[in-house]
Amino acid sequence: MKVGVITFPGTLDDVDAARAVRYAGGEAVSLWHADHDLKGVDAVIVPGGFSYGDYLRCGAIARFAPVMQEVVEAANKGMPVLGICNGFQILCEAHLLPGALIRNHKLHFVCRDQWLKVENNETAWTTRYDKGAEVLVPLKSGEGGYQADDETLKELEGEGRVVFRYVGDNPNGSRNGIAGITSANGRVVGLMPHPEHAIDALTGPTDDGLGMFLSLLDAVVSA
Amino acid sequence: MSLDTVKNAESTPDQEQPYKELGLKDDEYARIREILGRRPTDAELAMYSVMWSEHCSYKSSKVHLKYFGETTTDEMREKMLAGIGENAGVVDIGDGWAITFKVESHNHPSYVEPYQGAATGVGGIVRDILAMGARPLAVMDPLRFGPADAPDTRRVLPGIVAGVGGYGNCLGLPNIGGEVVFDESYAGNPLVNALCVGAMRVEDLHLAHASGAGNKIILYGARTGLDGIGGVSVLASETFDDTAGKRKKLPSVQVGDPFTEKVLIECSLELFRQKLVVGIQDLGGAGLSCATSELASAGDGGMRVQLDRVPLRASGMTPAEVLSSESQERMCAVVRPEDVDAFMAVCAKWDVIATEIGEVTEGDRLVITWHDEVVVDVPPRTVAHEGPVYHRPIERPADQDALQADTPDRLPKPAREELLDLIKTMAASPNLASRQWVTQQYDRYVRGGTVLAQPADSGMIRIDEETHRGVALSTDCNGRYTKLDPYTGAKLALAEAYRNVATTGATPVAVTNCLNFGSPEDPAVMWQFEQAVKGLADGCAELGIPVTGGNVSFYNQTGATAILPTPVVGVLGVIDDVRRRIPTGIGAEAGETLLLLGETHEEFGGSEWAHVVHGHLGGLPPEVDLAREKLLAEVLVAGSRDGMLSAAHDLAEGGLAQALVETCLIGETGARVFLEGDLFTELFSESAGRVLVAVPRTEELRFTDMCTARGLPWRKVGVVDPESQALEVQGLGELSLAELREAWEGTLPALFD
Repeated sequence: MKVGVITFPGTLDDVDAARAVRYAGGEAVSLWHADHDLKGVDAVIVPGGFSYGDYLRCGAIARFAPVMQEVVEAANKGMPVLGICNGFQILCEAHLLPGALIRNHKLHFVCRDQWLKVENNETAWTTRYDKGAEVLVPLKSGEGGYQADDETLKELEGEGRVVFRYVGDNPNGSRNGIAGITSANGRVVGLMPHPEHAIDALTGPTDDGLGMFLSLLDAVVSA
Repeated sequence: MSLDTVKNAESTPDQEQPYKELGLKDDEYARIREILGRRPTDAELAMYSVMWSEHCSYKSSKVHLKYFGETTTDEMREKMLAGIGENAGVVDIGDGWAITFKVESHNHPSYVEPYQGAATGVGGIVRDILAMGARPLAVMDPLRFGPADAPDTRRVLPGIVAGVGGYGNCLGLPNIGGEVVFDESYAGNPLVNALCVGAMRVEDLHLAHASGAGNKIILYGARTGLDGIGGVSVLASETFDDTAGKRKKLPSVQVGDPFTEKVLIECSLELFRQKLVVGIQDLGGAGLSCATSELASAGDGGMRVQLDRVPLRASGMTPAEVLSSESQERMCAVVRPEDVDAFMAVCAKWDVIATEIGEVTEGDRLVITWHDEVVVDVPPRTVAHEGPVYHRPIERPADQDALQADTPDRLPKPAREELLDLIKTMAASPNLASRQWVTQQYDRYVRGGTVLAQPADSGMIRIDEETHRGVALSTDCNGRYTKLDPYTGAKLALAEAYRNVATTGATPVAVTNCLNFGSPEDPAVMWQFEQAVKGLADGCAELGIPVTGGNVSFYNQTGATAILPTPVVGVLGVIDDVRRRIPTGIGAEAGETLLLLGETHEEFGGSEWAHVVHGHLGGLPPEVDLAREKLLAEVLVAGSRDGMLSAAHDLAEGGLAQALVETCLIGETGARVFLEGDLFTELFSESAGRVLVAVPRTEELRFTDMCTARGLPWRKVGVVDPESQALEVQGLGELSLAELREAWEGTLPALFD
């Protein structure tokens, strides 16, 4: 299984995403923002960081990168895509996922170990979890407040497209406590917390995040 | 404005020059004229004034800092690949890895403009590490503020914390520790120190020098603007007076762009990997003045620079302004002519602006031209290394004896029935309360190598994913101890940072420092400085670990009142396998015994109890026994290696009581404690050389036998009680973890949210 990990100028968690892929038994392939080339990968991770310094608006510049045009095209054909943190923001800006992420309601950057409830275990990235399970992974972002209009929220909730929800006090003011969502076909997932930082209890709070990368392995192998 | 060329300077020897406004004394200006045999040009004056400032030249501290070198033995130097004088010290940690680390101050800018001052402090130290050829891996920030409830602290602290986080987070470096200390003396002069640690393969070490005539000088990174001009000479001198009449379009504090720095890091590392760099220097304080003169004087030839080629972000800048601009995120590289194209290609890949601005020459002069006219023609060493050296007057303060005589013995001690409440009061006091409000704003996870971070005793990162080798770092200083006795205080700072590193299972190997003091023109401050340097150097010699680098920050004072002498000491430790690190919280294993290693004496001079309860500072600090600290560290490392320790926590400010509160809360597990003797002393004394450890019951005998055999005093002080969710002190009663957590975690949010 080959999983592409994109690096934009300002991407930070690409090394972590690649490590998570390796821990799950996959091969991580480095993708460069300026290339119109997905190098034959089976799935793509858009990792966290501050692409283009978050200037203008988080993810607003990255969505125009040549590699993102390829990602959008591939995703529309069903390729699994995961956007983490800044990657989630980029996927929203690229309209692969609905809604937007805004400044945390308390205005501070928040780095903490966060409990999440798995609401949907049928996406390409979450089959290894039990529905309703609670997982502990790091959250670290300044602009993680998920926003969407009422109609979109209704649609997401109604179609079961909320994948993760924050447990306990809402860390950033996200509507409905939404931490992550999926596309209508369940192949594209975006979330603010960082599963790639929870693949080993030595360096993360738990290894709960590894399930997402193992799920992908299942999805690609069975496809 | 006409250009002040060397020719012009020669023909107008009597022209008045604003050297005083630039911070130069009469005799310093006379010396420059003597070196050059004429008056300096405007550009030369700008260069000399910034490079001969206290900040860059160490002119008041040099004669004392020599003592570090004199006390470092060959044996201590064995693992040192680079030391004092380089951008940062480098230590060989085994498995082919070299670690470079350094701490620097950014105090004055952070008072003027908290966010940008703190942010660019992080940026500067990260570039220092990068300039050694290393990948920066983590940062730490020792911070000091006025009283937590002072109005100005509300202005300064949130901005500084947001600046540290805003820059470091965007740069992608985990923040793994540091300090937050409150004291009245920092009210008009907060301390913002920034530490960075980086790693490289031993063979990849890059030193700053410009060798080989014909090699090209390439400036790359951000454009040069009017920000930070005069930052060094104005901000690092004693007053913040407006330098009226001078052309100054932007504030003296630089503005940081962490995105540009992140790209600069990746670009530089790729340049190193492709071996396209002969020498490299970051641009920090004193900008191009510093980079060109240091590169040239460290090499074997001269240098010629075409200053008009420097890409600018403001129009109409003068050569002097271009030379002294402190615009951030810039580096200067020396590149072989045949590698220039490849160098430019890497920069283009990362969209980094790179410009050839000059070359290494045969001669021994640094010549800088501006549109073909010579505006600087100097021997570079006279700028970079041969600045003035002062033997400042030194005098033990007249009130030092009275301060030491005013011991805490006269303070009323709490009654037995007040002790339980006192544990809670102390845990909630600003200097002991949880730092989570601060550290929650820092990314500690990025890059996936963080094994321990705040509130652990030391920050620990994995260096090698195959062998699991890693390093631990801790910084420490108790300015109150240092005020009472600077010599012992500096040793205590060293002892605690050393102990913190060992408490997590790592072996301490090297030291860096950031010496924050008041005005060197005050003989009492110079006495504190001299004593602290001696204490630190002697302490390092006793422990057998070298000081590999450091930084001095003088003029930290408000009016005539200096800050507490604050020699922040950073200790680097090595751990061959990070998987055996010792956590801080109890409850990891079923059935743990709590042991107190070391001895407790009645020592309350400079203690947090005296400060919180009585607002008292007097007497003598705790005694320090470095041979004992060494033994303690060996026992902790051995205990970690043999899997005998399930948790460990250093005893420091607030004594055993605070250590118990923290180990319970961090581990989310209760404990029952039984103490003998005077319970107040047992709980709150700050005797050095002590660590609280949790030992699985199955290992208890083996561990205590080892302590006994090695001559390390130990005592059983309690047991971990996973059922109770409370801290019980036998004979006093119990405190629920919920109420302790509320006390410990509630303080900073209540003050700063």
